[in-house]
Amino acid sequence: MTDKDNLARLLEKLCPMFVLLDATGRITDVGPTLQKLRPEMAMVGSGFLEVFELLRPRSVATIQAIATSGAKLHLRFRDNPRTALKGVVVPLPADEGAVINLSFGISILDAVRDYALTSADFSGTDLAIELLYLVEAKSAAMEASRTLNLRLQGAMIAAEEQAYTDTLTGLKNRRAMDHILARLTNSVTPFSLMHLDLDYFKSVNDTLGHAAGDHVLQQVARIMVEETRGDDTVARIGGDEFILVFNHLQDKEKLESIARRLIDRLEEPIPFNGEQCQISASIGIVLSTQFAAPEASKLIHAADLALYSAKRKGRATYRFYNRNLTLPVATGEDPASPGKAGGDNSEVIEQGRAPGADTGQERHRAARRPV
Amino acid sequence: MHGLINKAIQSFVCNTYGKSRWIRVTEAAHLGFVEFEAMLVYDDEASRRVLDELCDELGRPKREVLEDLGTYLVSNPNTEALRRLLRFGGVSYVEFLHSLDDLPDRARLAVSDLVLPQLELTEAAGGRFTLACHGGLPGFSYVLLGVLRAMADDYGALVMLEHAGEVGECEMIEITLIETDFAEGRIFELGARAR
Repeated sequence: MTDKDNLARLLEKLCPMFVLLDATGRITDVGPTLQKLRPEMAMVGSGFLEVFELLRPRSVATIQAIATSGAKLHLRFRDNPRTALKGVVVPLPADEGAVINLSFGISILDAVRDYALTSADFSGTDLAIELLYLVEAKSAAMEASRTLNLRLQGAMIAAEEQAYTDTLTGLKNRRAMDHILARLTNSVTPFSLMHLDLDYFKSVNDTLGHAAGDHVLQQVARIMVEETRGDDTVARIGGDEFILVFNHLQDKEKLESIARRLIDRLEEPIPFNGEQCQISASIGIVLSTQFAAPEASKLIHAADLALYSAKRKGRATYRFYNRNLTLPVATGEDPASPGKAGGDNSEVIEQGRAPGADTGQERHRAARRPV
Repeated sequence: MHGLINKAIQSFVCNTYGKSRWIRVTEAAHLGFVEFEAMLVYDDEASRRVLDELCDELGRPKREVLEDLGTYLVSNPNTEALRRLLRFGGVSYVEFLHSLDDLPDRARLAVSDLVLPQLELTEAAGGRFTLACHGGLPGFSYVLLGVLRAMADDYGALVMLEHAGEVGECEMIEITLIETDFAEGRIFELGARAR
């Protein structure tokens, strides 16, 4: 027995959560840290499996069998708190029993709190303290990172709100266009403005999906940039609506040829994943000199009227604004985007224009509107 | 310089002298912003300007300001997380002193791009220690002096600390431990919630 006592003294230092068992599986000695977990319990003298529930290996029923198996043990206390423990078991020579060394494993975080453990409860080589240090350090660092992420997210949203670029196409957006128009109308620079609306775009979206739609919009944007000069403005102001502003350009013939070329190029099929996307465009054109005092809202409204006219003429064409153009139906549409709201009226459908190409959205809009 | 260090300076100034003085300092240093981000890295030059302007604003020598910063980092409830991390270094002040050799590695374990100067503790007879603080972060030894002073209180130890100038590129601190269990010290539980 003195050998076993010496062993116990040794184990206390090396592994303060050891259990010494006799050949019948009774506890003959436990380490000081293990005892600290159950100060009131008389562990010595109890059967090992009375104190601990063996979770793995499951198939083994007796402690003797476990001792010879050499398996890694997964255990927990039978009473509360049912702290989970890991263990390794080594049989003692001459069938004198076994030594089991226990540790907390991942339950260490709860264990130090539940049992108020201190550094002194762990052996000098145990990495428990380093693990606890790391958990706290990482939580603190993570918290700082989280704060930064939240702030960056806020900054990103603010930047997007202030952005002048349409993220899908890289064109200017409505905000940018409003600024540019405001600047132009405040100066004496003559200019002209086109409101371009894609035809049959929604059927591309509906039949080939949004990825195809996005691809088409990107190609459309590329074509429009190619067909305009560097100091002209091309802005995407709605789903498939664009406004083009031509500085210093008042020549109707030149504008006609630009409009014609734009429509021709937009009608070229756009390949996407083996499919051909077929669209066209209608364009309304207005010159700033058509107004004595050009205001952005007036010009856009005028371009819209011209656009309706082009749509009524069977789409895939362009029209210039003139004073005789009026809305066919009085509507209470959104003044910010009158073109879209009234762009397709019942007349278009009644004329029997390409019914297959009329989009559901457009039909819906027409149906909503009193004739 | 790492954002954590800059943020520590910001926290110290705001909580000790008030936010308006901090804003004055950032303006005088032409920082262009008021808040440092703990997890970003900033130009060393910006941090240097902030420190210079801070000392101007307070009308105090840099070494005193830096030492106060060190004391603040350990003793203020706002930076309790840091005190706890330092206390993981050991159960007694002496163990803590010995753990300082590992401090840069421990810091890097937590935040991989936080580089602190190498520290080297040598122990002489009669409870005397010398801490060599290698180069890389000018003035760090003064911050450390404040940290060591506050940690002595934290452990309840009575020590005498003195900055012993520079030897080569090392800044030296001399520590004399007079009594380990001089006072109660502050409680440190391994399992206390981080927040």
